[in-house]
Amino acid sequence: MSGFLAVLVVVLIFIVIFQIAKASEYVSILKGEKKAREQSNRINGFMLIAFLVLGLIGVYWCNDLLKGKILGESASEQGEGVDTLIYVTLAITGVVFVITQIALFWFAFKYQEKEGRKAFYFPHNNKLEVIWTVIPAIALTILVAFGLKHWFQLTSEAPKDAAVVEITGKQFNWIFRYPGKDGALGRRDFTKIDPAAGNELGLDWNDPLNKDDFMPTEMHLVVGKPVKLVIGSRDVIHDVGLPHFRMKMDAVPGIPTTLWFTPKYTTKQMKEKTGNADFTYEISCDQMCGSGHYSMRGVIVVETQEEYDKWVAGQKSTYSLTHADTAAPAGEAKADSTQKTVAANIK
Amino acid sequence: MSNEATLHSQQEVMHGAHDHHDHEHHHEDSFISKYVFSMDHKMIAKQFLITGIVWAIIGAFFSVLFRLQLGFPDATFPWLESILGHWAKGGRISAEAYYALVTMHGTILVFFVLTAGLSGTFSNLLIPLQVGARDMASPFMNCLSYWFFFLASLVMMASLFVQTGPASGGWTMYPPLSALGDASIGSKIGVDLWLTSMALFVVSQLLGGLNYISTLLNMRTKGMAMTKMPLTIWSFFFTAVLGVLSFPVLLSGFILLLMDRHAGTSFYLSDIFIAGKALANEGGSAILYQHLFWFLGHPEVYIIILPAMGMVSEVLAVSSRKPIFGYLAMIGSLFAICILAFLVWAHHMFVTGLNPFLGAFFVLLTLLIAVPSAIKVFNWITTIWKGNINFTPASLFSIGFVSTFISGGLTGIWLGNSSIDIHLHDTMFVIAHFHIVMGVSAFFGMFAGIYHWFPKMYGRFMNNTIGYIHFWVTMIGAYLIFWPMHYEGMAGMPRRYYDVSGWASFKQFGGLNEFITIVVILVFAVQLLFVFNFFYSIFKGRKMTNQNPWNATTLEWTTPIHAGHGNWPGEIPEVYRWAYDYSKDGRDFIPQTEPIGPNESAH
Repeated sequence: MSGFLAVLVVVLIFIVIFQIAKASEYVSILKGEKKAREQSNRINGFMLIAFLVLGLIGVYWCNDLLKGKILGESASEQGEGVDTLIYVTLAITGVVFVITQIALFWFAFKYQEKEGRKAFYFPHNNKLEVIWTVIPAIALTILVAFGLKHWFQLTSEAPKDAAVVEITGKQFNWIFRYPGKDGALGRRDFTKIDPAAGNELGLDWNDPLNKDDFMPTEMHLVVGKPVKLVIGSRDVIHDVGLPHFRMKMDAVPGIPTTLWFTPKYTTKQMKEKTGNADFTYEISCDQMCGSGHYSMRGVIVVETQEEYDKWVAGQKSTYSLTHADTAAPAGEAKADSTQKTVAANIK
Repeated sequence: MSNEATLHSQQEVMHGAHDHHDHEHHHEDSFISKYVFSMDHKMIAKQFLITGIVWAIIGAFFSVLFRLQLGFPDATFPWLESILGHWAKGGRISAEAYYALVTMHGTILVFFVLTAGLSGTFSNLLIPLQVGARDMASPFMNCLSYWFFFLASLVMMASLFVQTGPASGGWTMYPPLSALGDASIGSKIGVDLWLTSMALFVVSQLLGGLNYISTLLNMRTKGMAMTKMPLTIWSFFFTAVLGVLSFPVLLSGFILLLMDRHAGTSFYLSDIFIAGKALANEGGSAILYQHLFWFLGHPEVYIIILPAMGMVSEVLAVSSRKPIFGYLAMIGSLFAICILAFLVWAHHMFVTGLNPFLGAFFVLLTLLIAVPSAIKVFNWITTIWKGNINFTPASLFSIGFVSTFISGGLTGIWLGNSSIDIHLHDTMFVIAHFHIVMGVSAFFGMFAGIYHWFPKMYGRFMNNTIGYIHFWVTMIGAYLIFWPMHYEGMAGMPRRYYDVSGWASFKQFGGLNEFITIVVILVFAVQLLFVFNFFYSIFKGRKMTNQNPWNATTLEWTTPIHAGHGNWPGEIPEVYRWAYDYSKDGRDFIPQTEPIGPNESAH
């Protein structure tokens, strides 16, 4: 019923607008086309200048209202470069924006049709055209140079001492894998994936490097220490989006990708900095991956080296977890030995 | 009735004269050959336009639906269940339905409205009329072009009604999501229908494009050198060239996708484990599809915006009573954009793992496009400088076009720089950017074209008052919707999120999302007002009394008010000058058909 009423109200408003519009057409004919035209030009000319003024105030006001809701300072060293480039670009495009919009609306207002005004026949002017070809070209060269400098830094090889964490996307969550004590990730093969047996990534158990790899539910990173993410996907294309670190990279099935960055602040520090007790570093999926795309959330905890070491010590290797189960019925001796391996691995 | 009489009395005499004139050339067309399988470019233009309008209403309505979800994620709207059934159980759109709506919104608006509806309409209408030809080079191919588009429309429409729903992997249709029915419900029959429809659409575009190119290269009237053509024609020319060269690449990409879906090939698929089993496909590259797609996809945005640029150039010159500033620079910048359009596609792929060294070239070439774009903007602004501007709805929309083109174009400089893109890629910032620069701007160009050439199409005017309301609400609304959206993107809020309330980093925008949704509904309502004005004016609008109502120089206004098939009753007029002699030598305008006088100053 209320829906019906809403439709009725909309239709009524339409009819009213339409009747007014039709009546104004008759009035303009009775009044004479010339007079109606003068009046409409005056009104629209005024509207254009009002739009400019209110629009520029609105831009300022909108910024005032929303600037506190964006991310604030970058939480990675690499992101600082991204932010600097954003500010430089904002300054250049901002100036161009204000000047061109003012010129556009001001000219439209100033040169509205008036009795007796003659338009100025001005088909071209080579000097002007050269000026406004060269100036944008110079401005853009600067932006390209700055941009590429940062780009090559962002995409450079990760430092040798960088920690390595593997992150794999699947519909609809992230799977993390740490190399364990040996510092190397073991081989994997998508045909060996067997979620029922706890092998989400298809780790090849014949590869000894896999024996100590562990797969936590959250990603833990050490503050101030560069980390290299090895990114992959199990099914469709996903994208590792790290808004606080200003980083992003697609997860493509069959084609591993990487990115690296150095976290600047621990999660705890960020909570204090932002004054938000719920602050969390989140990993968003930024590439449409199906109906659960919007819920593909991962969590990163950045902490100090001590906290991190403690956390690692509490992790069990995936091998031990998966093989403890299957081994259990086979006899106590074997289970025992597995546990020993686990213990050894953790040390 | 007395009002009607006032409205229409003045032109009876003139109109009578024309009726008489028309009859000499009239050969009786049947309803079918006149309105359905018409070969008259003017009728085909109207067919494209009206089909485009129908699609625009559907596509825009879809955006209202998914904005409801985004703005009010916790609310329920029982009427949604009555129209969407199990896709909106309990009055809340499901995630699957949300993604289907988003995908269809993109597909419909980009291809069916802003490609077919925009260049299909105005290239058809204006190329023969403005270059002085009786019709297209091949009227039959032109007719086929529309009917292939119609078939594509039917297939796409049908996909909305299949049980598993239409394609829902985003309008870019990236595999493997679009290749595997197990990955998404929309990737079952929905994607097959989508691909079929798009294949038909590509055929339609090629038939149309080849026709536009051959007509304007070969069938210009006597005296109409290329450099005397109005900028509209130049823009349609470059648009058609872009389409003809890039649509086939898209089609090849689609065919490979279709084979991956049904023929067991592995062009795009490798190392996939889905629905509990590992697939046999190995060695394919999902990124290959993106290259093929964006090789069209990027030129596509220029296919959308160039016709709008051309029409805005024309309308601004006519309503300012000034020549377009820097005619040759305008052509040169169109040409530069056209070339560069083919060399920047990978800027959509900076974060796919593309070689960074290769990415660097795409940064350079992408930012290079800003130069011709800047030239165009400065030239438009200089065109209105010291003019004598009459604010018709068409000229207001043209001014609005320049404004939104600046706003959206400048954020392109942000995104084209890969180091910024690495943060903003696939966020709401991108949504804001391309909606302003190719959505709103292209629509403004299209509206300018419709208001300006409506009298040529139907012999009547649209209602001005509704036109002004339409312009102001759309202009203000567009900025209110998309300006604050940049901030969501700056915070990293990804695009295509069904619900952000579960995210610590993005949920602070709940109130803003609500606000945007309300504005969207208002703006949508005003578009319906425009549609009403359009159809009402076809039958009841104020009649045209003067065959050249805007005092324009171009050839289309030398045809009779109701031009028959063939456009000019007698000889096709000869052309002696460029299209922009406004306010020259103390004369308001000099038509292209007037020979150059002995004492005339050169331009």
